[in-house]
Amino acid sequence: MTPVAGKIAAGGQGGRSGVRIWRAQTAAEIRSTLRRGDAVLLNLAIPVGMLAFFSLVKVLPLPSGVSRPVDFLAPGVLALAVMSSAMVSVAIATGFERQYGVLKRLGSTPLGRPKLLAAKIAATATVEVFQVIVLSGVAVALGWRPNGPLGLAAIALLCGTGAFTGLGLLMAGSLRAEVTLAAANGLYLALLLLGGMIFPISKLPTVLRYVAESLPSGALSQVLHSSVNAAASQNWGEWLVLVCWAVVAPVAAARTFRWE
Amino acid sequence: MDSDEATIEVCDLTVRYGRKVAVDSLDLRVASGEIVALLGRNGAGKTSTVETLEGYRSPSAGRVRVLGLDPSDRRSHRALAQRMGVMLQKGGVYPGMGAAEALKLFASYYARPVDPQSLLDDLDLGGVARTAWRRMSGGEQQRLSLGLALIGRPEVAFLDEPTAGVDPHGRLVIREKVSTLRNSGAAVVVTTHELDEAEKLADRILIMDRGRIVASGSPRDLLASAPTAGRVRFDAREGLDTSSLAEQLSAAVYESTPGSYTVQLEGDGAAADTRHAVAAVTSWLAELDLPLASLRVGATLEDVFLDLTERPTGVDEL
Repeated sequence: MTPVAGKIAAGGQGGRSGVRIWRAQTAAEIRSTLRRGDAVLLNLAIPVGMLAFFSLVKVLPLPSGVSRPVDFLAPGVLALAVMSSAMVSVAIATGFERQYGVLKRLGSTPLGRPKLLAAKIAATATVEVFQVIVLSGVAVALGWRPNGPLGLAAIALLCGTGAFTGLGLLMAGSLRAEVTLAAANGLYLALLLLGGMIFPISKLPTVLRYVAESLPSGALSQVLHSSVNAAASQNWGEWLVLVCWAVVAPVAAARTFRWE
Repeated sequence: MDSDEATIEVCDLTVRYGRKVAVDSLDLRVASGEIVALLGRNGAGKTSTVETLEGYRSPSAGRVRVLGLDPSDRRSHRALAQRMGVMLQKGGVYPGMGAAEALKLFASYYARPVDPQSLLDDLDLGGVARTAWRRMSGGEQQRLSLGLALIGRPEVAFLDEPTAGVDPHGRLVIREKVSTLRNSGAAVVVTTHELDEAEKLADRILIMDRGRIVASGSPRDLLASAPTAGRVRFDAREGLDTSSLAEQLSAAVYESTPGSYTVQLEGDGAAADTRHAVAAVTSWLAELDLPLASLRVGATLEDVFLDLTERPTGVDEL
């Protein structure tokens, strides 16, 4: 063994604590998100605008048993906000980080892929906490009164974060930035229309309903609807779909993610 | 060089992309405290070589060791990352991030980082401490990029075009930092197209062509061994008829670019001929009542590079 290899083998590199690196990277990811005007628009302005507009202007169909739009829209828009920040925002930001060479540069540092992905998920979760506070406040101001098992709603949001961040990183980790931008926006629109966030899944044609119920957006919004309404019962099939997406998407992202 | 002292050891490295051979059975050793410049045309195999050393690519064949470890092995790469500094040719920084924030973030990755504030001052980046990367000048971006490569006190550094697009003052700053890094005992590999910079920076120059090293040595050795050492160049008014000078010297005289002339001496006794050619050029211009703008005797690194990397007629590029 050469002297330099010997020093490393003896622990000479003395790596910094992984938690400290992860925390520093998470803080950088949060600052980076807050600097991007498109992220603020996508993560907050659009969900708040949709919630307020469709709650006050009664043009959307409502599922049976729901009389006020805000009661249907509030959980749906929370799901929409999670999808915006965890999938679209992460995909676009990461795609351009690849284009700017940021990912390549980070690949040669001690940060490493697991800590980078964990930092992105933690930063997204932090942004989501802020989104939930603001959106819930607006919904309550519009007359929404959640009364279901809110702990389950929090778990559902966490699963949704994992699923959508996984999808975002799956795109950004393997496609070019421009393709990622187009793919993320296209998928956002499809998942929004079929996700039961604004339009009830029960009002869709039968075939589309089956498709919608198998999507992460459909599963998340359905689970959230039943978790904020004490009168509704849990559909464990929807939970199973959501958990599957929350496991499969991040694993696929981690396996296919490339630094350049 | 003793084998135990080599920081970088490459034996018989081959990198292929499908049927294309980018690096062809390359051997390379770089010692600690040495700056090696890797020169070559686009597609010569420089980037593939360096990216293999950095761990971004796996060799198709051959053996690569950096600090005694295999960079393509994930676990070894994690250990190497603590001791390696990489400067990319372009980008590599969050576009909205200022110099101070970027240095502080990268410092957080390493066990014994340089103080970000002192590096900011050393690189003359105090004025853009809070300026977003995308708003910095090319020179400021290069200096910050170098700073990010140095922040972890690397024992081995790979610098890709470190002075490209940098003004003369910035070049001085960069050269000084790279020399300091070498003096601290680090092995430094610089890839560049800027031959003057390579000559000023490097202890040793390697010229690559079609995936192979075709010349290696100190800048002085390479210049001395150049077949074009018997060459005199001068700048004067463009469009001069040089036939009388060529006849007087019995040598080829041609205008290589507008206003730049080359006297190519042939045969033995190049030193005596060169002195004679210098006298002939100056008196010829005096007779024409023309000022001599500049005069240079001998080969340049560019001559060496062009001579060694010229492609024979009829040979296809890889």
